[in-house]
Amino acid sequence: MAPELTPVLSRGWLDSEPWTLAGYQRRDGYTAVKQALRMHPDEVIQLVKDSGLRGRGGAGFPTGMKWGFIPQNDGKPHYLVVNADESEPGTCKDIPFMMADPHELVEGVIIACYAIRASHAFIYVRGEVLHVLRRLQAAVSEAYAAGYLGKGVFGTDFDLELTVHGGAGAYICGEETALLDSLEGKRGQPRLRPPFPAVAGLYASPTCVNNVESIGSVPAIVRNGVDWFKGMGSEKSPGFTLYSLSGHVKYPGQYEAPLGITLRELLDYAGGVRPGHRLKFWTPGGSSTPMFTEEQLDVPLDYEGVGAAGSMLGTKALQIFDETTCVVRAALRWTEFYAHESCGKCTPCREGTYWLVQILKRMEKGEGTEEDLGKLLDLCDNIVGKAFCALGDGAAAPIQSSLKYFRDEYLEHFERGGCPFDPSLSTAWADGPLSFARTSA
Amino acid sequence: MSNYEHLTKLDEDAAAVIARYPQSGSALLPLLHLVQSEEGFVSPAGIEYCADKLGLSTAEVSAVSTFYTMYKRRPVGDYHVGVCTNTLCAVMGGDAIFATLKDHLSVGNDETTEDGKLTLEHIECNAACDYAPVMMVNWEFMDDMNPDKAVGLVDELRAGKVVHSTRGPALCTFKQAERILAGFEDPREGAVAGGGAAGHATLAGLLVSQGRTPTGPAVTTEASE
Repeated sequence: MAPELTPVLSRGWLDSEPWTLAGYQRRDGYTAVKQALRMHPDEVIQLVKDSGLRGRGGAGFPTGMKWGFIPQNDGKPHYLVVNADESEPGTCKDIPFMMADPHELVEGVIIACYAIRASHAFIYVRGEVLHVLRRLQAAVSEAYAAGYLGKGVFGTDFDLELTVHGGAGAYICGEETALLDSLEGKRGQPRLRPPFPAVAGLYASPTCVNNVESIGSVPAIVRNGVDWFKGMGSEKSPGFTLYSLSGHVKYPGQYEAPLGITLRELLDYAGGVRPGHRLKFWTPGGSSTPMFTEEQLDVPLDYEGVGAAGSMLGTKALQIFDETTCVVRAALRWTEFYAHESCGKCTPCREGTYWLVQILKRMEKGEGTEEDLGKLLDLCDNIVGKAFCALGDGAAAPIQSSLKYFRDEYLEHFERGGCPFDPSLSTAWADGPLSFARTSA
Repeated sequence: MSNYEHLTKLDEDAAAVIARYPQSGSALLPLLHLVQSEEGFVSPAGIEYCADKLGLSTAEVSAVSTFYTMYKRRPVGDYHVGVCTNTLCAVMGGDAIFATLKDHLSVGNDETTEDGKLTLEHIECNAACDYAPVMMVNWEFMDDMNPDKAVGLVDELRAGKVVHSTRGPALCTFKQAERILAGFEDPREGAVAGGGAAGHATLAGLLVSQGRTPTGPAVTTEASE
């Protein structure tokens, strides 16, 4: 039997004006932070460690352990930076969460800062989402006016400033060290590690960088307890999370479920692949995670399960493509994205992504040769693991995985001298205006 | 004598931006947005302005402003019209929408219409994949698009009509949007509440968990004009 959906972060999204302070307080908003402020900061860190919460931004690193890495009594200012630069293709969970429920993030920020003993936090939001900025700015000013931020938070002697910072269009700033450079007003380019941000992060001070969903999950854990949280998901991947279904699925959207649910189960909830079509390939966690096919429909979507199946859980961005989609076109378009977003710092990524695009373009037009397939894989080998950050590894993922499952489709392009697919059949309106909308009783 | 007298009216705002940060360098990205809120792009004078405010060289500021795609080197129209052509949106129809708009507006990528109203650009993934294919106007969501709706949208914008984001308030101009990006609240009454809590895809899982059926995108039955 499929696990039940577990709306926690999404629980209030049908409420009246859930983005306001009053709306958030109607669903126990800001009760967790009051509990946390009565605890010793180290106890708060221990609680998050005990919960087993793992980072929701892609890497899955244990959040409490990250907090524990911040050195204490070091005489330096500490910073919390929330990574709200959601840009990984397919990923669309943090943006709707911040639009509907910005106060839950603010509450998580206060708890996290108290735990790591930071007195200034930043929410680094990608710039291209104006309404998210509006909602965050409004929530932060409401929290200041209520005394939840600023001098003496909730009447304690704990001071906290929170700054909402808009980015300016650069996927690479989702990488935590590039984000820190960007927040310092520089080009967003990754730093060599060590030193890690926990030791020398923002302004060379100890800094914790956490994803929006990770921080947003903290108030619920404090409110409901470790046992409640561990009652969902698996032993090594406990808890609830937002799975984002997009593409050729009847009801795309956000589905909050325990970690370890499968795509087959999620598709059942989402009405299945669009009517009259069948699943061809999908990404488990954004375009940087190697693609799957229907063979992996029953893989548990948690950190271990997806890893064991040869990919990564990533951001749980499930992009669904049906049989009308050309995988070469998909791989080319993702590769163009990585070439565009490569920051230019490391030669293998900067030059490699450029050449990958040239070869893939030739292939899509049917002008490639079988030898080009070997060259593509060779180029991927020269990028993976040879750059400062994971962007290069991500660039290789769609190519390597699509060649693994669909080598014949690449060959068919050469044999026919062109793409065998009609792109108009993949569109949202291909099966008529109602193909996606309100068709079920 | 500076080249940026047209920007000195921003001095008070610039000081407020700088005051938000423990170190002034962090103010550079919002200051560049602030410059765009006045100029509609970042001119060489705008670069000088930021450099002088932050004690940086113009080379340092140029290096940053040219790194990020939201800073424009040529004037942008009143409405920046973005069409997502990253893989998922492209497959779902973004490529067809972009081709239709280039043809309809007689402009290429990153070009502005002759009347100076619209700048068309293909954009990368904007984190709204569950509403694909997606367009962004002045970085506000225009969800569940198709070529007919896209043509209708740009025609309304060019005709000066009020257009609402599918998940946000009435669209403001590019310059007004840039001021919000610089960290200043939208002064319009009701702007924060615009668009409600969430769109249909955002709510899909929550509705299913309550035993209800998601609504799917709204269907417009009338043909586009």
